[in-house]
Amino acid sequence: MLKSSGYITFHGNLQKNVQSQSVEGNIYELWIEVPDIAKKAMPGQFVSIFLNDKSRLLPRPISICSVSSDKTSLRLVYRVTGKGSGTEFLSTMPRGAKIDLLGPAGNGFPLDSTDTVLIGGGIGIPPLLEIMKRLKGRRRAVLGYKGGSPFLKDEFEVYGRVYTASDDGSIGVKGTVMDAVLKNEIDLNHATVMACGPLPMLRALKEYCTLYDIKCYVSLEERMACSIGACLACVCNTVEKDSHSCVNNARVCKDGPVFPAEEVVL
Amino acid sequence: MSMSRLKVNIAGVVMKNPVTVASGTFGSGAEYCELTDISKLGAVTTKGVANIPWAGNPVPRIAETYGGMLNAIGLQNPGIDVFIKRDVPFLKQYDTKIIVNVCGKTESDYIEVVEKLYDVPVDLLEINISCPNVKEGGIAFGQKAESVEHITSQIKKYAKQPIIMKLSPNVTDITVMAKAAQAGGADAVSLINTLTGMKIDIYKRCFALANKTGGLSGPCIKPVALRMVYQTAMAVNIPVIGMGGISNAEDAIEFLLAGASMVSVGTANFYNPGAGVNIVEGINEYLIDNGFNDVNQIIGLSGKW
Repeated sequence: MLKSSGYITFHGNLQKNVQSQSVEGNIYELWIEVPDIAKKAMPGQFVSIFLNDKSRLLPRPISICSVSSDKTSLRLVYRVTGKGSGTEFLSTMPRGAKIDLLGPAGNGFPLDSTDTVLIGGGIGIPPLLEIMKRLKGRRRAVLGYKGGSPFLKDEFEVYGRVYTASDDGSIGVKGTVMDAVLKNEIDLNHATVMACGPLPMLRALKEYCTLYDIKCYVSLEERMACSIGACLACVCNTVEKDSHSCVNNARVCKDGPVFPAEEVVL
Repeated sequence: MSMSRLKVNIAGVVMKNPVTVASGTFGSGAEYCELTDISKLGAVTTKGVANIPWAGNPVPRIAETYGGMLNAIGLQNPGIDVFIKRDVPFLKQYDTKIIVNVCGKTESDYIEVVEKLYDVPVDLLEINISCPNVKEGGIAFGQKAESVEHITSQIKKYAKQPIIMKLSPNVTDITVMAKAAQAGGADAVSLINTLTGMKIDIYKRCFALANKTGGLSGPCIKPVALRMVYQTAMAVNIPVIGMGGISNAEDAIEFLLAGASMVSVGTANFYNPGAGVNIVEGINEYLIDNGFNDVNQIIGLSGKW
């Protein structure tokens, strides 16, 4: 397991909170000025946002999409999950609002890879942007969309070649990210795969990487309460006994969210 | 600032203040110590520990509800041997009392844990006979007066530390269970554990929790908890540790006035990691502002009017 870095709660200053320019109507983007977290944040880590709304108690864990170049602000790109949801409440918070958050939490992606293929599906795309930016060497990305507009695609393209897929065929290959890998004959040998997205996507990818002996990291999502490893809500099955409870149930928030694919049972 | 006015005595154990954290919300303190000063708490109550490691329930294990949350963690824990070797020495570094929550599937499971803790420097044992999320043990021991009295008396035979029986609100009359615990030799009772609840995802048309049901906690349960703590404090003459939706000092003071000798902060830790410490400070200010020089002066005060 990778080493977790310390987290602290901070008051941030909401700089911007807008509906994404893309056609994806429920994707939002916000920037929070919070230098103490921003300067420590590593790609693949997350922050938990306290809504300060007493009807919705639990902090919302959201992966860091990117860090401003002066390392003072965090950018989060998130999906509003439904009517009355905490993310909907978050999306209505105005610029200048004070926002409490905890972070940077969890373990991020490894930074030593020199040939990397990043594979993101849907709202699993934003957590890959910062690692795309910070890695050295050859970087490629395979991004899977539902349809509509390919959010963040142009920003990935600054750092390397980008392949796309979509459920309805409106963007790139019609089908899944795996279809995009196969149809574009993307050579994953000698590359390290880093992925974030829906569970079926991660399962398919893990199977493929196991078959061809490709190193693969997956970023997992699970419902969280504390987001620091105390409550044991967000566990995932592991091949080996976990270090905390010794029962093959690692904590996504503390031991993850990024795991070597071979260590977890998806 | 002296806080000696906050001292309480629970079954012979003197706590520097009447605030602890509720079992399961705080692990063994190792994670929260990065966010709050656990030496400022009267005690840390640890996550339930069994004789052997328990894997717990499948995910999703939690769901948020209006003003609260449901959980069905299923008592995932590393077992008593790891707990004694790793978690107790960690907590001993801090200036706080240690209350160990003990769980089991059978009577002999509980006894095995209690026996292993015999020579371990912990202060109190809280016996969990009220977890609604495990198929065996847990609440099965806590819903009939005879079984509450029986298990209490059995554990009491083997325990060196004073024992607190943690009671379930999922009963017809919690005072009957509290009196049974007292009859069995309990040194204190703590209440309430979570209320069994349910949530359904109307779009996926399935239960929000893999376990279907879970324990409801958070501010939404506070009035129920307060009522039960009051009734119990009137019914028994052993100390009552009150919990259920406490998120600030005002909530905690209500419980003290209702008759609780100590309070536990649970779900609030998730949205305010400093909740326990804030509550200690808030109770102290309340005592000063209202002319009390000892917290014991307000315990049960509402019942005396």
